[in-house]
Amino acid sequence: MADGLPILDLTGVSKQFELQGQRIEALRDVNLSVRKGEFVCLIGASGCGKSTLLRIVAGFEQATRGRALMWGMPINGPAPDRGMVFQDYGLFPWLTVRGNIAFGPACRGRPTAEIKDSVERFIALVGLQRFADAYPHQLSGGMKQRVAIARVLANDAEIVLMDEPFGALDAMTRERLQDELLDIWQRTGLTVLFVTHSIEEAIFLSDRVIVMSPGPGRIDSQMQISLPRPRDVSEANFNAIRRELSLKLHSPLARKAA
Amino acid sequence: MSVSAETASPPLTAAPATELARPSDASRLARLREPLIALAFPLAVLVVWHFATYGRKYGLIPPPSEVALALYDLAVGGINDDAFSSTLHIHLIASISRVYGGFGLAVLAALPLGLMIGRIPLIRQLLDPTFQVLRPVPVTAWLPLAMIIFGLGPRSAFFLVFLGAFYPVLINTIFGVRSVDVRLLEAASMLGCKGTSQFFKVVLPASLPAIFTGLRLGLGFAWVVIVVGEMTGVQTGLGAIIMEARQLSRTEIVISGMIVIGVAGFVSDRLIVLIGSHLLRWSPNHG
Repeated sequence: MADGLPILDLTGVSKQFELQGQRIEALRDVNLSVRKGEFVCLIGASGCGKSTLLRIVAGFEQATRGRALMWGMPINGPAPDRGMVFQDYGLFPWLTVRGNIAFGPACRGRPTAEIKDSVERFIALVGLQRFADAYPHQLSGGMKQRVAIARVLANDAEIVLMDEPFGALDAMTRERLQDELLDIWQRTGLTVLFVTHSIEEAIFLSDRVIVMSPGPGRIDSQMQISLPRPRDVSEANFNAIRRELSLKLHSPLARKAA
Repeated sequence: MSVSAETASPPLTAAPATELARPSDASRLARLREPLIALAFPLAVLVVWHFATYGRKYGLIPPPSEVALALYDLAVGGINDDAFSSTLHIHLIASISRVYGGFGLAVLAALPLGLMIGRIPLIRQLLDPTFQVLRPVPVTAWLPLAMIIFGLGPRSAFFLVFLGAFYPVLINTIFGVRSVDVRLLEAASMLGCKGTSQFFKVVLPASLPAIFTGLRLGLGFAWVVIVVGEMTGVQTGLGAIIMEARQLSRTEIVISGMIVIGVAGFVSDRLIVLIGSHLLRWSPNHG
């Protein structure tokens, strides 16, 4: 674990908002270090600052205090090495599936032949060959989210930041996309920072679950998940972890641990 | 990858649905239904108009049959053989060139202005209040001033048509640029697209539907103000013959001119809608 630099290193990160003249403390003194290739889930009640934390890593927000480093360098605005997958997809409606995936590489001036190759490769990776020329409004939510994932992968993201990406999907699609995401993660060696409010999703997916608590948002506790993959949500060990995490999330006493 | 189950029941609606709705007599009949319904009301108006005016001596409004004859004479001649006969194409071309000329100038001015007002706060603070005050001033109120500045004739007409088309294009462009979803800007910058290239690759296409609405309204207004525009002492144009026929109490020519403007405006609107739905085929609200 300690071999060299962490890909992501947050120290004492705090964030305050000014909202209608009121000062809101979204994050207080968050310390988090993520290894390359790790799958980390952030979980917590709404208002615990998990999305804000993700947006600071993405570069959309700046920390009021503290440091956010990627590979030891300060994060300074959004960049392709940190690809974001939004809950509401954020696809460009005027571009086809192909166009959306090619958008990043084209913006960065990659050679046309290379873009074409990688677009086809990632369309195949997320299984959207038949819909390559469809526009976003013609796709289901699950398909749109596949495009959003392919789009950041095709753009050489090292960390994929996912803000409740499957929150708007039905249960079946959600489960399938979780499987696919794990499959892609295992094959590509990506680092994933995943925000969710579902305990089961967090345990199913991640190496490590970060439990956050609100008012002000901070890290409450962490839990390493070492169940072998593929994980079975109905298995006894899985349930034991679920119970433990659920207690941490819901018991106000648990905050003393932080 | 286990995507087959979901992709097997594709919710890909828009494209195939229209292709399915092809032959069969029932659907052909159904397709005729709409234009038939659309014609019912004008036909009723014609009937009422006919019975209200036909056979009256000294009536100020001519019956439809008389208007039809006048329109025919205006287009191809051979009935009255007066100054109006067989002159329609001259007036139509003159008006079309003014409408599209004025509209084109309006687009050239309003589009870049709208993009800048929408995007650059300083320009917005500098220009927006002025435009907001000038906007309610009707085109007709500009007529005397236009004639002083641009003189009698086509230049004033151009200017007034320009004015009519300018505000709809400007306002809708500003609206389009300002209402681009922030999420799309975030997505673009996260993918490495920033600054000028973000403007051209994201802001512009995202505001295209609103810009297009502005173009459509602007072109419509250009046709609306063409009569006022041609009150500036031009010799040709649909507005000009309406004004001239009015002075000669040739009401049937006045109505003929109105009909031609209506039809020309309608055709020109259909054209722009056609172009728009091709350009905006990605948009669920157009295409």
